[in-house]
This record gives sequence, C-alpha cells and structure tokens, in this order.
Amino acid sequence: MSALIFSLFIFVLACFIGFELIAKVPPTLHTPLMSGANAISGITIVGALIVAGHSGIDSQMSQFIGFVAIVFATINVVGGFMVTDRMLEMFKKKEDEK
Amino acid sequence: MSQFLPEAILPYLPDTIQIIYLIATFFFIRGLKLLNSPATARKGNQLAAAGMFIGIVVTLFDQQIISFEWIIAGILLGGLIGAVLAKKVAMTAMPELVAVFNGFGGGASALVAWGEFSRLVDPTTMSPDSLITTGLGIFIGALTFTGSFVAFGKLKGFISGNAITFPGLNIINIGSMIAVLVLIGFFTFDPTNQTIFWIILGLSLLIGITSVIPIGGADMPVVISLLNSYSGIAASMAGFVIGNNLLIIAGALVGAAGLILTQIMCKAMNRSLANVIFGSFGGDSGTSGSGEAGDKTVRETSPEDLAIQVAYASKVVIAPGYGLAVAQAQHVLKEVAAKLEERGVQVKYGIHPVAGRMPGHMNVLLAEADVPYDQLLDMDQINQEFKTTDVVLIIGANDVVNPVAKTEPGSPIYGMPILNVDEAKRTVIFKRSLSPGYAGIDNPLFYDENNQMFFGDAKKSLQALNEALNDV
Repeated sequence: MSALIFSLFIFVLACFIGFELIAKVPPTLHTPLMSGANAISGITIVGALIVAGHSGIDSQMSQFIGFVAIVFATINVVGGFMVTDRMLEMFKKKEDEK
Repeated sequence: MSQFLPEAILPYLPDTIQIIYLIATFFFIRGLKLLNSPATARKGNQLAAAGMFIGIVVTLFDQQIISFEWIIAGILLGGLIGAVLAKKVAMTAMPELVAVFNGFGGGASALVAWGEFSRLVDPTTMSPDSLITTGLGIFIGALTFTGSFVAFGKLKGFISGNAITFPGLNIINIGSMIAVLVLIGFFTFDPTNQTIFWIILGLSLLIGITSVIPIGGADMPVVISLLNSYSGIAASMAGFVIGNNLLIIAGALVGAAGLILTQIMCKAMNRSLANVIFGSFGGDSGTSGSGEAGDKTVRETSPEDLAIQVAYASKVVIAPGYGLAVAQAQHVLKEVAAKLEERGVQVKYGIHPVAGRMPGHMNVLLAEADVPYDQLLDMDQINQEFKTTDVVLIIGANDVVNPVAKTEPGSPIYGMPILNVDEAKRTVIFKRSLSPGYAGIDNPLFYDENNQMFFGDAKKSLQALNEALNDV
C-alpha cells in the first residue's frame, strides 16, 4: 500500500468523524464553531515549521516561504482561538448568572 | 531542538512525536465535541487550542528542524498580528475577521506545499503522489487565500456587496478550474517545468477572485462556510505533501465542519450549492415578481405610537437581520427589550439561519448585548409563536421575512423558508427606505395593512423608541 493510499484512508475516516461531530451543533454556536474550526485549520503551521526550520544547500528560498507560511498560520491560530474564546466568554457569562 | 536531547533517546524520537500528534488529534476531536453545547463550548475551544500548542511544541523537536531564526521571527510576528486583530475587532465585524483568518490559513497551506516542493534540489525525485498533492495543495490553498480576501472586501464594503458578474464568467471559472487540474497532471510528469508551476499558482489565485466576486452579499454565509471548508482541505493537502497525519486529520475535521455549515445555509435558503456559486444572486439581475411599488401606500409609525403598542402588548418578537449589525444597534435593542420585560411583556428573538453575513451572526451579536441565549429561537421554534404574537419588530431584516417566498412561484427566493411574521397581529419594519434588500426583490409586507414602517437608521430609531418608552 502506497503512502498516498494510506493517507487517503486517514483523510476519509477523519472526514466522517468531522461530519458526526458537527452535524448537531445548535445555530447559536455556528459562528464560534466556524471560527474555532478555522483556528484548527491553522494546524498547517506544523508543516510551515518544518519548511522554515530545515537547512540545506540553496535553501534560502524555501526557508523564506516557510517564514511567510509561519506568519500566516500563526495569525490564523492565535487570532482564531483568541477571538473564539472572546465570543464564547459572552455566552458563558449568561450561564453563570442563572 | 532535538540536539538538546540525550543521544540515547534519539532513535525513539520520530515515533514519540507521532504518538504526541495522536494526543493532539484527541484534543481536537474532544474540543469540537464540546463545541456542541453552549455550556461547554469555551472549554472545547481551549482544549483545541491546547492540542494546537502540543502539536507545535513537539514539532520543534523534529530532527529536520535545525535553524530557528525564521521560526521565532515568524511566530512572534504572526502571533502579535493575530492577537491584536482578535482583541481589537468589534463583534459586529466578526464575519470580516473570520474571512481574514481563513484567508491566512489557506495561504499558509499553499505556501507549505510550495516550500516543501522548492526545498528539494531535484524535484524529479518526488513521487507522482506527492506531486499531485503538492499541486492540489497550492490550488486549494491559493484560491482560499484570494477568495477569502475578496469576501472580506465585500463584507467591509471595499468591493460592492452586489453580485458583480458578466456573461460568460461562469464558463471562464469552470474552464480555469479544469485548466488547473490538467496542468497539475502535466506538473506531475514534469515537475522541473517552472512555467507550468507558475501558471498553476497564478490561475489558482485568480480563480479565488473570480469565483467569489459574482456572489451577492446575502449569500455570504454560504461563501464563508465554504471557504472555511476549503481552508481545512488545503491543510489536509499540505499534510499529504509532508506526510503528516496530524495535518491530514485536523484539516479533514475542519473541511467537514465547513461543509456541514455550507449545507445548513443552503438548506435555509432552499437553494443548491451550485445555484449559490453560479447563480450570481443578489443585485440587479433579481427580477421582481410583485409588480410596481409606486402606487401602493405604506403606513408609517412614530416612536411614541410604537412605544404604546409594544408597552401594552403581551408578546413581542424581534426579528433581527444584517441591518442590526451594520447599525451596531444590538445594545440599545437589548435596553428596549429590558424595559418591555420590566412591564411584563414577553420578549423573544426569532433568528433566521441566514440572517446576517455568516452562520450564527445574529446569535453572537445578541450574546454580546447580554441577551440570554434561551430567548433566541431558531426559525422552526419561532414560527409556532407568531400566531400569538402582538407585535413583531423587524430590524434590518428583509428577505428572510418576505412573503413572496411562499406566494410567488416566479420569485428568485420562492421556496426559501422564512419567518412567518405576517401571522402576527402587527409587524413593524425598521428600515432606512423602501428599497429592496440584497436579493433585490420587492417586499409586499411593506404594504400590508397590518404592517407599519419605522424609517431611519436602526440604532437611532431604537434609541427614539427607548426614550419614548420612558413616557408611556
């Protein structure tokens, strides 16, 4: 089995888990869900770290690409989780008052 | 950072990293699960953030990573920008912010695929598998990047919110997409050909622009959800390229989440995804099915008059729309509602799934104004309440209450489920003018004998009503 096929299995199964997990989220939480999921998609930062951090002959170009990728992905991750937390804090507050 | 570890454990390092990735995956899945309920959602988000932190830290121990200057600089710069944006942006601007973050995520995934490709001295050593996923990663990531920024421009008003289109645009878009896929095929056979690579990148960036620009403002909830899904798939593709399961799984989860929201939004408008993407709905092309507006009369109301009506009602329902967000009127609305509740009036909010510019937009706005979320009813619940409702205040909403969706088979919004506000004893529409909404369709509710218009900016109108309530 090639690496691609193996990865494809993982991808498809993860998609199914995603559908199951999210199908019943109430409308009230649609925005936080979206921005939270959005932050998770910043996981691509892991790839960016590897691209930016390796060293080799003639690697300035790819290191620079990796650097820009890290900046983009970190904006996505830090901003996404923080703003979701800010939103959910407002939801939480009402919960406590009751 | 693997150089700081004792020599003896290095052989076990790759497997250890993978196992910790598995733990991070668990955090993501558990976090998304907790996002299903308002009571646990915050914890869920924090759990997902913890998973991300674990994933990042453990990656730094990867033996391929030996220089850290770029990494530290990138994380500091990106973290600073992200944190400032997240802290400063007003809740009313949330759709724009989500679009921006989304764009950066997609862009990062495209860059990872590109960077991984460019760091190889001899790309012909790459297997066809990784070349295909590199091509797809660049394609999806790049179109998410530009598409999200066009969506941002539309939401912000830099680019017209109307559908911008011209004949043949759809054909150009479909043609370009096919061209990119064919070129990715060529690229797989000849990865050394720079021209093909640049055309793939350029076309992908262009497709992001030309496929979002023709979509009207009212369809933004669909577009944002779809772009969200793309950014997840782009991350997955980047995972395929570098052979990293954490990226594949996390990306697939996000892709699925975005797709579900897209489906929910399409269903709420009774339109297919293809119709949203290719329909260029919203703007001048929308044909009015309900005749001329000129010869009909509307009844206007005043703050004092309306104050008396709502103060002596037993049940008032508020139907908010995008106009509420534009006017930033959520806080004064809450004050009005609080005064009514003091008088014993029952106040509820009816939220249409596509009200606003992103899924759940109204819920976030009202939550910011401290409206308890159990007062926010979704469409099916609130539609059972209108028959016993005395007054419905329609604030900045139009298409989602337009009865032609039920009565005029020729109308572009025919079949869209709406809030049945016309079943209530009286409706009051807060609106600047009689102009049709984003969908460009005249609304017969304006001229209904049980309807009154309250012209003006939603915030100023509500402030006037709020003051008038003091004197009732």
